Amino acid sequence: MTKIALVLAYVIGGGVLGGLLSGFDRILTARMQSRKGPPLLQPFFDVLKLMDKRTVVVNNYQTFYVACFLIFIVLTGSLFFVGGDLLLTIFALTVAGIFLVLGAYSSHSPYSTIGAERELLQMMAYEPALLIAALGMYWVTKSFHVSAIVSYSHPLIAVLPGIFISVLFILTIKLRKSPFDLSTSHHAHQELVKGLTTEFSGSSLAMIEVAHWYENIMLMGFVYLFFASSPIIGIAATILVYILEVLIDNMYARLTWQFTIVSSWTVTAGLAVTNLMAITLLLK
Amino acid sequence: MNQISFLLLFPLAPALLLAFISNQIVRNLIVWVSSLALIFVSLSLATAHLGTSPEFFSVDSPVLEKLFFAGEIILSLYLLWRCRGINKKESYIPVLIILQAGIGIFLELSGKLPKVENAFYVDNLSIIMALIIGIIGTIICIYSLGYMKEYHEHHKEMKENSRGFFFIFFLFLSAMFGVVLCNNLVWLFFFWEVTTLCSFWMIGYSKTEEAKRNSYLALGMNLIGGLGFSIALVYLTFFTKAPTIELDKLIHAGSALALIPACLICFAGLAKSAQLPFSSWLLGAMVAPTPVSALLHSSTMVKAGVFIIIKMAPILQHTTAGLFLAGVGGVTFLMASLMAVSQSNAKRVLAYSTIANLGLIVTCAGVGTYEAIWAALLLVVFHALAKGLLFLTVGTVEHKIGSRDIEDMEGLIVLKPFLGVVMLIGIAGMFLAPFGMLISKWACLKALMDASPILAVLLAYGSAPTLFFWSKWMGKILSVSSNAVTMESPVDTNEATALTSLAIPTVLTCLLFPLIASVAIEPYISNLYGQTMSLSRGNMLIMTIMLGLIILVPLGFVFYPRKQKHVSSYLAGANVSGSTSFLGAMGVVKDVATRNYYLSAAFGEAKLSKASVILGGALILGMFVVVII
Amino acid sequence: MAYFKKSPWIFHYDASSCNGCDIEVLACLTPLYDIERFGIINTGNAKHADIFLVTGSVNEQNRSVIKNLYDQMADPKVVVAIGICATSGGIFRTCYNVQGGIDKLIPVDVYVPGCAARPESIIDGVVKALGVLEQKAMALKHEQLVESV
Repeated sequence: MTKIALVLAYVIGGGVLGGLLSGFDRILTARMQSRKGPPLLQPFFDVLKLMDKRTVVVNNYQTFYVACFLIFIVLTGSLFFVGGDLLLTIFALTVAGIFLVLGAYSSHSPYSTIGAERELLQMMAYEPALLIAALGMYWVTKSFHVSAIVSYSHPLIAVLPGIFISVLFILTIKLRKSPFDLSTSHHAHQELVKGLTTEFSGSSLAMIEVAHWYENIMLMGFVYLFFASSPIIGIAATILVYILEVLIDNMYARLTWQFTIVSSWTVTAGLAVTNLMAITLLLK
Repeated sequence: MNQISFLLLFPLAPALLLAFISNQIVRNLIVWVSSLALIFVSLSLATAHLGTSPEFFSVDSPVLEKLFFAGEIILSLYLLWRCRGINKKESYIPVLIILQAGIGIFLELSGKLPKVENAFYVDNLSIIMALIIGIIGTIICIYSLGYMKEYHEHHKEMKENSRGFFFIFFLFLSAMFGVVLCNNLVWLFFFWEVTTLCSFWMIGYSKTEEAKRNSYLALGMNLIGGLGFSIALVYLTFFTKAPTIELDKLIHAGSALALIPACLICFAGLAKSAQLPFSSWLLGAMVAPTPVSALLHSSTMVKAGVFIIIKMAPILQHTTAGLFLAGVGGVTFLMASLMAVSQSNAKRVLAYSTIANLGLIVTCAGVGTYEAIWAALLLVVFHALAKGLLFLTVGTVEHKIGSRDIEDMEGLIVLKPFLGVVMLIGIAGMFLAPFGMLISKWACLKALMDASPILAVLLAYGSAPTLFFWSKWMGKILSVSSNAVTMESPVDTNEATALTSLAIPTVLTCLLFPLIASVAIEPYISNLYGQTMSLSRGNMLIMTIMLGLIILVPLGFVFYPRKQKHVSSYLAGANVSGSTSFLGAMGVVKDVATRNYYLSAAFGEAKLSKASVILGGALILGMFVVVII
Repeated sequence: MAYFKKSPWIFHYDASSCNGCDIEVLACLTPLYDIERFGIINTGNAKHADIFLVTGSVNEQNRSVIKNLYDQMADPKVVVAIGICATSGGIFRTCYNVQGGIDKLIPVDVYVPGCAARPESIIDGVVKALGVLEQKAMALKHEQLVESV
């Protein structure tokens, strides 16, 4: 019963929270740029407006891919918040991402296609770090289940600092923030026109936006896991991480995909893998 | 025992018949009938023996012993005769043949070969392999009926030898059954070398210079592996406290006694499964006709290599040598996945992917714990199906569109819907959750993490490029230009039957994998290790939900299509005719063309192969050093 | 239906402008005027946009481009002609290659004259366009209701 309650909480609350987080992001960015910025509820206005547009499409199937993307993101987040298997969550997230990529491919437009290729490159860049993070958490808590990781009595950040930093690094990629917003960027930024989302409009675009909210909440949850032993610190740390990401976004210009992959894999190898080796040798 | 004899001996009948019959209709009939017979008997073997403990059968026949010995001699002589065409670089091959034959003759004539109690056996792993050989193998044979006809229509300059082709095909099936059902290691080795011969013959089928060189490469590398096997047999006869040439006795002898021969046999397995540093032969083997690539070089023969390594797993468990072996597999997985990214030739992508997945299986087998073997067996099943399907589809597509380059498969889902869908099923089966390979990967990560974190890290890094090159391919198939129309060229019935018969099980095994796991895999593991693992109910529920969504949502869109306004794609306003062309520089109208990224500067073969070969070789050397010390 | 007023996304195209009006449009996006306060974002893509800001006049080279971009926009959409060149051709009206203002090609909803049009006028014009956008959105809603019945 509680599982269903958790899922409902995520489906309803996660969406709302995600939108507010997105609004917070835009206000923070604006203040960093000495501007006032939009109201906090702006993302909701955006989505509602998009729903009222008459969607135009390039082919009959692209909406289908986006719908699958949204459904799988919600599924992934639900799986995560219900306390399910972390590895399966990461794999489900991959599936969701691939649906969006296929949707972009299906339109056969140059901007979309390059956006899709870059999205795949981004996925290739962050996948090792996510998996190694899960492996690290498994080693310490002896379980892949989020429920066990959350209820672990000691702060994971104390034993997994290297892994945490590598997660922060790839979080920049996942949240689509400069310098790694190669495949598509959020509204005020353009990249290859709109890269991945170029050929989507109206309700499809609204679905992508909402899916990103859900995804961001799940990612914040993943960051929270490192501090889960004390909830207040956890929430504070998560908010700080998000503010840090927005700061990084405003500090850096976009870099190349070559740099993205090389730096991600190097940081993962240098910090996360050494962290993993250390705990497997020292902890039992 | 009857089924075993049938499976071993029966394929020789169609083999001999087909060697002499040229008539297409009679050939089709023989192939269909034999295939159905083999499928039926494989299934009956499964239903009769799928249980908990292995069953052994003794065959007391000195005539049989003499026959096998004669067979080995004939095999060596034939291979030597075929070595007429070698060049200077390949002169090591006849040396190896003579060496191997010499060892075999020495062992036989020395009289010191240990007495064999049970020559044949059947257990769950053999049944799984037998089903793969009997069902997937025969389906590929049926496919070949259609394929070889078109192949020779396309290559009129090539001398047709379909009679030889089908003879070797059925001979191969017989030999494979021998490998998985034989308990006598000397006889197993004979069957092993027959498969090497079949592979050699098939690769050289087209008789082009490239084919000849690649067939010798395959022969040479497999013979190097075979040498390892021969040395293992010598060791088992002369250098152990309890000489035995029976597989089950070897496995139960434990690491202290059996580690050296196990490593030598695994060495042979590594060569046969094209692990680093032996990977180049599999890539070269792609010049063979596609059914050969499907049967030998993805679903079956290379599986023999990992099969024998999996069998050795209990010996390798908790040993450093086992970890080195696992390292070979892990490095192979990583490097092959990276190199696959830079390939646009579909068969080469499939070849690299095969090498990578076999590497993963080897990693699990090298670790040898019950969790790892559970993962390895799942991988074997799912890979055999999905990869066989993909090779066959690529073969048919190549004949229809005239190219095996992925870039030419753009929009296949509209150009040739049936083939497009089948190919998508195959690709999804290879890497997408909740399909089988993903469950296996999940199990692998857990098993490897418990054994050695470095291996898990190799898996984490290796799985990233796999998602890249598979998704790229999927995207290409689904990327439809707005003026694309369906091509009118029907697929040959034999080919279509084969493709459908593989596509449906690929999907079904995902739905039914808990059943497969509990009926076939888990009993084998609990028998060998005393404990087993299974997927928790929670995870199974999640898999089911995901699979359900993947199947239901497309149906939803098929039955409730939405009427939406169509516009052109965004080409900065320079569209000339819809989404297909635009006004370029100098007022020239250009067509819209999209290409995938291949990243050959970073992941090209030129950059990575040397390092891969050195790494693989070093790890194998390490394995032997550790074992000897 | 107030959402179009709350989240109007613009799309800016320079037809044959001297860039004077374009600079003024971009100035609106800077922190000094900060039109993101009103939820306005400059998307680079016709499909995502509600308001099409065009500067400069129509000539042979950009005829098809303007038409393509306009057609690719999703309904409801409005067009704002910025600057006198977009309104009527401006001082280049009599040139051999200039065909006139944007309304020669696509329906324009708001004209913002000026050479160059000042940011305040542009913002004023966009706000007027929002009203038109709302009306069109209402009409579209009615149409969709009628269709579905």
